[in-house]
Amino acid sequence: MGVMFSLLAVVVLIIIATVGAGVLGWHYVFSVILPYLAMATFLVGVVYRVLKWARSAVPFRIPTTCGQQESLPWLKTNPIETPHTLWGVLGRMAMEVLFFRSLFRNTRAKVTDGPRVLYAPDKWLWAAGLAFHWSFLIIFIRHFKYFAEPVPSWVLTLQNLDGFFQVGLPIILATDVIVVVSLTFLFLRRVVDGKVRYISLPADYFPLFLLLGITLSGVLMRYFTKTDLLSIKALGTGLLSFSPVAPEGVSAVFFVHLFLVSVLMAYFPFSKLMHFAGVFMSPTRNLANNNRVKRHINPWDYPVEVHTYEEYEDEFREVMEAAGLPVDKEK
Amino acid sequence: MSEALKKPEELARIQFQPKAPGWMDPAVEFRKGTWNYAAVPDTLKYLGLPNPRKWTPPDDDWQLPDNWKEIVYEGLRERLKKYRTLQVFMDICVRCGACADKCHFFIGSGDPKNMPVLRAELLRSVYRDNFTAFGKVLGKVAGGRKLTKEIIKEWFYYFFQCTECRRCSVFCPYGIDTAEITMMARELLNLLGVSIEWINTPLANCYRTGNHLGIQPHGFADSIEFAVDELEEITGLRVEAPINRKGAEILFVAPSADYFASPHYYTLLGYLLLFHALGLDYTWSTYASEGGNFGLFHSSEMIKRLNSKIYMEARRLGVKYIIGGECGHMWRVLHQYMDTMNGPADFLEVPVSPITGTRFENTRSTKMVHISEFTSDLIYHNKLKLDPSRNDHWHVTYHDSCNPARAMGLLEEPRYIIRKVCNSFTEMPENTIREQTFCCGSGAGLGTDENMEMRFRGGLPRANAVKYVHENNGVNLLLCMCAIDKATLPPLMEYWVPEVQVGGVHEMVGNALVLEGEPVRKTDLRGTPYPGVVDAGEEGGSDA
Repeated sequence: MGVMFSLLAVVVLIIIATVGAGVLGWHYVFSVILPYLAMATFLVGVVYRVLKWARSAVPFRIPTTCGQQESLPWLKTNPIETPHTLWGVLGRMAMEVLFFRSLFRNTRAKVTDGPRVLYAPDKWLWAAGLAFHWSFLIIFIRHFKYFAEPVPSWVLTLQNLDGFFQVGLPIILATDVIVVVSLTFLFLRRVVDGKVRYISLPADYFPLFLLLGITLSGVLMRYFTKTDLLSIKALGTGLLSFSPVAPEGVSAVFFVHLFLVSVLMAYFPFSKLMHFAGVFMSPTRNLANNNRVKRHINPWDYPVEVHTYEEYEDEFREVMEAAGLPVDKEK
Repeated sequence: MSEALKKPEELARIQFQPKAPGWMDPAVEFRKGTWNYAAVPDTLKYLGLPNPRKWTPPDDDWQLPDNWKEIVYEGLRERLKKYRTLQVFMDICVRCGACADKCHFFIGSGDPKNMPVLRAELLRSVYRDNFTAFGKVLGKVAGGRKLTKEIIKEWFYYFFQCTECRRCSVFCPYGIDTAEITMMARELLNLLGVSIEWINTPLANCYRTGNHLGIQPHGFADSIEFAVDELEEITGLRVEAPINRKGAEILFVAPSADYFASPHYYTLLGYLLLFHALGLDYTWSTYASEGGNFGLFHSSEMIKRLNSKIYMEARRLGVKYIIGGECGHMWRVLHQYMDTMNGPADFLEVPVSPITGTRFENTRSTKMVHISEFTSDLIYHNKLKLDPSRNDHWHVTYHDSCNPARAMGLLEEPRYIIRKVCNSFTEMPENTIREQTFCCGSGAGLGTDENMEMRFRGGLPRANAVKYVHENNGVNLLLCMCAIDKATLPPLMEYWVPEVQVGGVHEMVGNALVLEGEPVRKTDLRGTPYPGVVDAGEEGGSDA
């Protein structure tokens, strides 16, 4: 159900852009107004969400430790997986954000007759996740060329590296292939693995279809249809300098592409895609395991009812004395 | 144990492929052997907790307060502000499913709602429905569920089917920790008076008598006295075991099961022998006679209420610092909560081992040292005379308990000790130890007799790893440093791997420890005669 609903939603979005920009010719709406609105929603929404998280307290220091603590000087510690300094925490976060360290641990469990519980390494999710995120980032950076004049040389270098294999005309960029393949894998994994299908919501399929729509429309423009790059670049630089001009004579595919990107941006702050910011704010990962070294303060700490020694001794003084235990107040 | 309990081979026939209907249907079947008895009214009253009444989970009507919905919503709203974990974890899960088959309860039951991601979704769906824009507008399509009494029952079933072991958190790309979610959900349920007997009764006991078992001061003194007598029989030496002694250098706090349950008791004998060998200037306390803290399975307020005793008692007795015994969740509290809740311990001194002079810099704020840190330091500095051959009747393996492994990183200290006091030590497969260790299946207050089937299911991954080293390497003793493990692994072993027994690390230390002036030891701390030794003396050496 989630699959069909989400697919339908993305198809409707494509139809809206095709009809709106292609048939009705609302170029200004689709290339200027909606992108600006989407960008504003994205910025305001993300900032709002992050501030909301930041306003929520961190009462206790509760890192999940994944290696040896620092205790006795002659024991080898694991300063990254169980960090005890700020540097260790930064290392741990870098490993997590750049290389998906935790996901790399993934295993698959199976119970066979015997019974035997078996575990096999399962790196596919890690590989596909990492491939998607890195190629998406590179594609994002490559798009700087549509917004900056002159194009920074490092962006061109990145693009050249991306086309390293020199296959096809125009040269096929590795990230274009990887992003489509990894998104397809992530989608298929969701449908094929019964467990993951069971937990999946429309909110899990929708971003996948949206991203596939964006990447495929991009691929279509680069490799299969003719697109007027100059007027697109004029739009890009115009948007950035707040003097936008709606492009004329650009294909409907471009408007579909841009509209889906706008939807993605506007959808972002309301969705699970916020994990890109949340990963930095997870208290089990971004705190040092120095609990017994440095006191952590709970901002909302309040006094609680306790059972004092005096109350305790008052209740048990007789039996304590009879058992020869010392007491504070003798009868 | 429920009579209907299946044979191990049958219980282990588990399907991981969930079937319709989807998880949004909250209906739960309270099948015998898979849930815990409800908290009794007296304990709730004693602790001043809401809605004390007689009820039982299979009841249709749980007699919730009239405004139960507002209570839950208000409680959730408050906790979203108080805990960034909750707020962030509600928002960022992408449902990648990496956590799914990492949970021992899922592996052992195949119940899809035991996948950590779904356990969290049970709460998250209610959060989405009420606290997010999409959820309010789109409802079910956005993954929202309207809060119903059925959902309260479902929460009760599944949040008391999580042992807060944090294994899923190790594998989650964002570190989402189901223990946090479960703790929050249990706090919400507490507000309605929905909790279990085996958490609330120990809480009330501990609050009053200082320990979960409700042992009064004279009973405590008797237990220690009994242990001293028994040690005299075994070693021929009479050890000192001071209680409530003011002016001692060190306060020693252990989980109460150590002096009242078996096989914990042999670990207690180990501590007593060790402290005797060192001539340690220490004391036990009857008021702080519990290191464990069932508050962790209840609410942060209850953790603080119980934990307060340890520092208060250290101050009253005028000790310099504190050593804590072998326990799992106890050390989560002591390591991650105590200083924040009841510190600063500025009236204590930074712990320095009186034997080696080692300053435990890693505890310079809390002033509380783990016994295995203390002992491994002694062994490293050659301060103990050890005869590991006294443990040659054991081939041991070591079970990391969840909390020291995943909330402290205490991994190598016990292993260092074990290697020095035992000649045969084999690790279990790497997916099942250290930070990836599997829970005993009975932690977080779930170790009850009425919950036996679920405990055996949840304990399957642990037991199966033990079985592996038992069959391949001849392991016959499972060592651990956790009171709940010591209580619940023996029945688990009996069910899945009957040939393996359970013991503590300091039991092994006690066996291996060569004391000054002691005659040849005829039995180990369990009273099992050493082969060959008995023949040398009078026949039938021990009459215990």
